[in-house]
Amino acid sequence: MNWITNSVLPKIKALVQSSDVPENLWIKCPSCSQMLFHKDYQEAFNCCSTCGHHTPLAPEERFKLLYDADSYETLEVSVRSDDPLKFKDSKRYPERLKATRTKTGTQDAIAVAKGSIGGKPVVIAAFDFRFMGGSMGRTVGDGLLLAADTAVAENAALIVVPSSGGARMQEGILSLMQLPRSILAVEKVREAKLPYIVLLTHPTTGGVTASFAMLGDIQLAEPGAIIGFAGRRVIEETVREKLPDDFQTAEYLQEHGMVDMVVARTEQKQQIDAILSMLMEARAA
Amino acid sequence: MRHFLDFEKPIAALEGKIEELRHLGGNSGMNIAEEIGKLQSRIDKELAQTYKKLGPWEKVQVARHPERPKMVQIIEHVFDEFIELSGDRAYAEDYAIIGGMARLRGRPVVILGTEKGSTTEQRVKRNFGMVRPEGYRKAIRLMALANQFNLPVISFVDTAGAYPGRGAEERGQAEAIARAIQSCLGLKTPLISAIVGEGGSGGAIALAAGNRVVMFEHAVYSVISPEGCASILWRSGDKAQTAAEALRLTAQDMHALGVIDQIVEEPLGGAHRNIDTALQNLATSIEAQLQDLSVMDAEALIKDRREKYLNMGDKALI
Ligand SMILES: [Zn+2]
Repeated sequence: MNWITNSVLPKIKALVQSSDVPENLWIKCPSCSQMLFHKDYQEAFNCCSTCGHHTPLAPEERFKLLYDADSYETLEVSVRSDDPLKFKDSKRYPERLKATRTKTGTQDAIAVAKGSIGGKPVVIAAFDFRFMGGSMGRTVGDGLLLAADTAVAENAALIVVPSSGGARMQEGILSLMQLPRSILAVEKVREAKLPYIVLLTHPTTGGVTASFAMLGDIQLAEPGAIIGFAGRRVIEETVREKLPDDFQTAEYLQEHGMVDMVVARTEQKQQIDAILSMLMEARAA
Repeated sequence: MRHFLDFEKPIAALEGKIEELRHLGGNSGMNIAEEIGKLQSRIDKELAQTYKKLGPWEKVQVARHPERPKMVQIIEHVFDEFIELSGDRAYAEDYAIIGGMARLRGRPVVILGTEKGSTTEQRVKRNFGMVRPEGYRKAIRLMALANQFNLPVISFVDTAGAYPGRGAEERGQAEAIARAIQSCLGLKTPLISAIVGEGGSGGAIALAAGNRVVMFEHAVYSVISPEGCASILWRSGDKAQTAAEALRLTAQDMHALGVIDQIVEEPLGGAHRNIDTALQNLATSIEAQLQDLSVMDAEALIKDRREKYLNMGDKALI
């Protein structure tokens, strides 16, 4: 093993795999097992043309899906690489961060961009579940603050797209402290009377749901996404309650009054555009 | 009969001897009082040594001790008067949180605290201190009351975490916690939070995003239980002790990380060995913190909290 195989090669592989897979023309839907033509699948933003299943979408793809063509730029989130607790499980935390960065080609579990939707200024912060399960540590908190501050500075709406297992255990109590910290971030947007929209995607659980992700002016969710505070397994194992099959799905949450609407990827840009038009028109007047 | 923890075995043996001596009474021919006195001083020495160097996992045991002071006792020992207020006005009363108005050394305040219960019957009624959405919504309502009547809020945390159940999820456990944190942060009056036993994750911070946070010497505060962390990161619940060490959940670590402002001293052998002294120490600490905050107006208090929590994560352990 040398420097190239260790760090550069995986990065190149990650890049290649995420953008195009020439040797892999067909892809199997993880839900209905239908074989789908890769190019069609990609153009449908990872949605199955047969059953409509939504497979997780990387932040960059999400930006392409929601923003007006060529309207956005990604903002740099300052990345923390230190180890405040000196945390070690099977690996030391800094080593785990480094390995994950190499493997995924991204710096942490959040990406921030600014651009426009239907001509209206919008900042989007999107989680990346591939990075340590989208867990929220200090860098994710920093990303949310950057997004909120940018929205306020540019008089833009804020959209957050969570996908996270919850707080990042390796940062211990400091990850729990990102709950109030992230709430303060979105409070800045509220105080500026700018719209704050949450688009819940699969999966969003734990400390992320118990903070900024449930406080949107408008709560949207993707079809089939699992959203909840305690995970299904925890509930089944600790309190031994019987749970319905569709428990904690986006549709179940809507039935229980927890989200405004469930919106398929094909409709998201248009729906958000319409919502922002309503919210920002009277505000401007 | 006192409940002894695993690491207290030598102390349990000595206390057992004292019991025996008392039983023998005057028939043994030796000076019982003197012997008991000697044993007691050995116990005190042993307790002092043991409790001075408690490890994180041992502190978890102390924090979960069944005789640890509970909210019911806090109300009795810390406050002069108490008027309990119930319900979230939407769905139910949650007995896992006790809330109401009280006087702290004469001064009216709103208090909130999780209650685990001390007897089997009470534990069931209190849901072992695990709060449902109704409980957090009751807390939100009482914080609004505090805003309305310019009363400081004092919150007490001793919970393994928010209740994980079907109904709790269906009624928006996550949203309730998020709104409770939001209420803490937006409160126009001083908010002082005390971590008295277990500070269990989101269920704890929901009540504890205060201007000042104080914590008992042997209490613990963590993003996840050591057992939960062990089963995820070590894939084995048996590694809870290892996880407890990795999580840095002690009051001493919380202070070094800037998460809490003051450590409240516990009496010899932990708060459960002398509840009154423990709770007088707690009352003194809270009163001093409240005194410090009393010069601030609503705007300054909100700004103070904002700065505190926006800067969370800038300190590290050496
Ligand atoms: Zn399919």
